[in-house]
Amino acid sequence: MIEASAEYRYTKTHEWVRREEDDSITVGITAHAVELLGDMVYVQLPEVGRTVAAEEECCVVESVKAASDIYAPMSGEVIAVNDTLDASPELLNQDPYGAGWILRLRPTQPDEFASLLDQADYAAVVAEEEH
Amino acid sequence: MGNKTSLYDQHLIAGAKMVDFAGWDMPLHYGSQIEEHHRVRRAAGMFDVSHMAVVDLHGLRVRAFLRTLLANDVARLTTPGKALYSCLLDTQGHVLDDLIAYFLTEDWFRLVVNASTRTKDLAWIQSHASAFGVAVRERTDLAMIAVQGPEARMRTLNVLPGTLSSAADQLLPFQGKIGEGVGEEDWFVARTGYTGEEGFEVVLPSAEAAGFWKALLAAGVVPCGLGARDTLRLEAGMNLYGNDMDETVTPLESGLAWTVAFVPRERDFVGRAALDAQRTVGVSYKLVGLIVEGRGMMRHGHAVKVPGVGEGIVTSGGFSPTLGRSIAFARVPAATTTECHVEVRPGQWLTARVVKTPFVRFGKSHWT
Repeated sequence: MIEASAEYRYTKTHEWVRREEDDSITVGITAHAVELLGDMVYVQLPEVGRTVAAEEECCVVESVKAASDIYAPMSGEVIAVNDTLDASPELLNQDPYGAGWILRLRPTQPDEFASLLDQADYAAVVAEEEH
Repeated sequence: MGNKTSLYDQHLIAGAKMVDFAGWDMPLHYGSQIEEHHRVRRAAGMFDVSHMAVVDLHGLRVRAFLRTLLANDVARLTTPGKALYSCLLDTQGHVLDDLIAYFLTEDWFRLVVNASTRTKDLAWIQSHASAFGVAVRERTDLAMIAVQGPEARMRTLNVLPGTLSSAADQLLPFQGKIGEGVGEEDWFVARTGYTGEEGFEVVLPSAEAAGFWKALLAAGVVPCGLGARDTLRLEAGMNLYGNDMDETVTPLESGLAWTVAFVPRERDFVGRAALDAQRTVGVSYKLVGLIVEGRGMMRHGHAVKVPGVGEGIVTSGGFSPTLGRSIAFARVPAATTTECHVEVRPGQWLTARVVKTPFVRFGKSHWT
């Protein structure tokens, strides 16, 4: 359910964050979120160049079950979005930590990374929800 | 812990995501409800619908009883086994439930009613049955499996027991047959369904359900959950009780006028006076099919605006896997013509076209 790699961080709202070599971050939603939402049918991506604050709504994913807001895990500028999700939203179900990535941000407050959840913290959030 | 059908273990084995539905632990999907949907449109899928209630009515005056109880007229059922879709109304003409009535013999009719309305329906039916000397027997000893899709009949015929298989092969659309072979007395096969595809609904003893389910699996029929069942019935233009009609509306406001038999005039069914009066005055609202323009999901409860006409509400909505966009039913002012607007997100309104249903029938759609 949770990507084991140490590169990843998480949010309470079920986004994952991976810091890249150029210090940008890639953002997606966790397998746990995908499991809750079911088959994805539509992703409304933000525009490249948009500036977002941490915890700001930046994207909407719609599944067969519900619409769900995606929140920016960190403040920054959107430098890329995964356009393939337009035609293939099912990538979110099939490969949430890989081909189902949603967007990349260039953080303006790099310190925010440290306040994200690590794997153990996020596992606790998931366990709490499933309780 | 909810009620469990006799196929509960089979669902777990197949990897189902289980959810509560009207007090029953039922499969929502077995991995991907969209894949399951496509399997039914293109090949064959099966649904555990054992949570629905099978109610047998016995008595010499059972036909007269049902001609009073139901808004549709069982006098239309002249061939044994034939089925009729009808609403069950209260005296105000409001919809208590929708059901299928099967004419088995002149003193035996069978009803299949919704799980969510089981208790209410049984009490209502019972309260009217005594006057006709009709005995009401809920068949909690039976399970029900719907097998649907273009390949459903062929694959089911191969695994039905003995004489029932050849009998099922002869069935006309909307007709059923009770098993006649030894040990088949509690089996019942009907050429009915809730998907807009060919197929059977098989009623059988609960103790034999798992074996039959496994035989269907081996015959290449894939398990499908309530998720696919909902998108298939929506595409097929079929109402869902509790969403598209309930005790606050009449069939005439729910796209179900075709199921009310106003002729012969002298047939005095429960709710008739109210419906006659409503017909005279004219309905204020109607149920229509919608296809969204652009991207966004119409869902149950979304607000609808019809410019210059009034407001309405989405009663059922979601993603149509066949059309690749959102479709819906909405209750809108009767004067609504070709177009409306649906609030798919707070403050975000999309245009939707009013279209004739079904959206999809036998795998095909004339809408894009």
